Amino acid sequence: MRSWLEIRLLPPMAVAAVFVCMPWFFPSAYYYRIGALVFILALAVAGLNLLMGFAGQVSLGHAGFLGIGAYSVAIGPAHFGVPSWFCLFAGAALSAAVAFIVGRPILRLKGHYLAVATLGFGLLVAIVLTNEAGLTGGPDGMTVPRLTLFGWSVRGSDVWYWIAGTTFLGGFVLALNLMESPTGRALRAIHDSEVAALMLGVDVTRKKLTIFIISAVYASVAGSYLALFNGHITPDVAGFLRSIELVAMVVLGGMGSILGSLVGAVLLVVLPQALTIFHEYEQSLLGLILIVFMIFLRRGIVPSVAAIFAGWRK
Amino acid sequence: MAELLQFVFSGLTVGAIYALVALGFTLIYKASDIINFAQGEFVMLGGMTTVFVAQAGVPLPLAAGIAIIATTAIGLALHRFAIEPARGATPVALIMITIGASIFLRGTAQIIFDRRFHSLPPLLGADPIQFGGAAILPQSLIVLASGAVIVVALWLFIERTIFGKAVIATAANRLAARLVGVDIRRIVAFSFAVSAAIGAIAGVLITPIALTSYDAGTLLALKGFAAAMLGGIGSALGAVVGGILIGMFEALAAGYLSSNYKDAVAFLIILVVLVAIPQGLFGRAKIERV
Repeated sequence: MRSWLEIRLLPPMAVAAVFVCMPWFFPSAYYYRIGALVFILALAVAGLNLLMGFAGQVSLGHAGFLGIGAYSVAIGPAHFGVPSWFCLFAGAALSAAVAFIVGRPILRLKGHYLAVATLGFGLLVAIVLTNEAGLTGGPDGMTVPRLTLFGWSVRGSDVWYWIAGTTFLGGFVLALNLMESPTGRALRAIHDSEVAALMLGVDVTRKKLTIFIISAVYASVAGSYLALFNGHITPDVAGFLRSIELVAMVVLGGMGSILGSLVGAVLLVVLPQALTIFHEYEQSLLGLILIVFMIFLRRGIVPSVAAIFAGWRK
Repeated sequence: MAELLQFVFSGLTVGAIYALVALGFTLIYKASDIINFAQGEFVMLGGMTTVFVAQAGVPLPLAAGIAIIATTAIGLALHRFAIEPARGATPVALIMITIGASIFLRGTAQIIFDRRFHSLPPLLGADPIQFGGAAILPQSLIVLASGAVIVVALWLFIERTIFGKAVIATAANRLAARLVGVDIRRIVAFSFAVSAAIGAIAGVLITPIALTSYDAGTLLALKGFAAAMLGGIGSALGAVVGGILIGMFEALAAGYLSSNYKDAVAFLIILVVLVAIPQGLFGRAKIERV
């Protein structure tokens, strides 16, 4: 039992070690910024991976929850004078409630039908955020008041690096535990065959709804962090391209691998930064790289690499 | 009444374009089970290439022909260099490949062309025709007529030729089709070529009415995909009906409610319809075998 626990917690412990040691190699605050962004997005991606990789349900509108979280910490303090930290939790609760209401009918849909329904949901959130200019500042977005905890104003890329990284590690361990729980096993059964799971007595609808709500909360917290970290937010945070980016991170890193979610986030955050030296060719190269990765590492980076290592050991 | 008629006409025009994009989705899905998110980029390429070839001094009809052929070639290249090497990958991986292709095509169009909006002169002049108090652009009639011709031609080709029969066989059962000697690779390549050509034609037709730019494809792909799903994926009739319905919803919502929320209304209705009929209007429910 003990050794099993050690193996299960090995990936998050390795990530924790890298997370703590990385700053020694950071030449400037800019690297803290990139690091913070990676961990924030990786949190949302980990949540989406629970839904896609484990439960086998696609969401092309997950940025909608990112948007709800982000605008909660923007609108709450700015218009109603509610403290930011409270809005973060309120945003997560709101996302969970929205996921509950939306999830009940649309999770009955399968495959591409679920994809188009979630896509529609994400677009609806983005459209509302764009058009309710009185509250959200419209397409230009709005300034997000800084997070203040116990009289201490939370600012600076290094501070956010530590906050985001710690939260991601917490989310990582939580996700791993969830997957080993009865709910996790039920979800994997649903992934393999919904009908078979149903025959074995799994409450398919309820389990799918549970995981949808959990993944919405992950995305919402990530959205709140993103808004507080950047200090400014636009409706693009909930847009289709954001949703696609999240799905791309899940698939590139590897479906069903939380470590893969981090790798996917690293790749798609760092790559565009590195490609800026190619100026106008940036987008073309990004598209090409996505295609090449999916052709040669079609199961995602982490599972493909793990398979190669497993092959060597034999 | 005249107002309603006006909205219906504009809804039909836009809907015809969505229907053509949805038809492209359906054709590729039928042949290969792939949802091709680069479908909107074909429309953009059709419009943009025509604009730039015409600017170089080539007569408009010839420029349109060149654009359609070039886009068809790009569709074939997409199949040959991105889809074919990934044979056997999971559906999500294949979707990511087509999304990668759409990012690539958009990025490349931005370099080869530019980042501005472009238009084309309408084929039959710009003077609107009065009909029952509503004004119709002659170009709208061309869009509708061409859309109808494409749908009928495609239907005749699929139903009446031996190659079309092979496409139907592939859609019904890939393994069985291969066993009776159908070259699946050629069928899939064909579906990409025809989808690209249909997309390019849609692009040429709509550019005089709605402007085009390097990033016009994304929204069109979303609407086309939504239309295909609304109709029931894999159903050609569903694609056409779905496209026209979405165009109508949008036009009516823009006219009577608010133009800011026209996309919202369209997607809200799709959500409601799918919740009521989970396999789309004309789709068949899949039965899972355990």
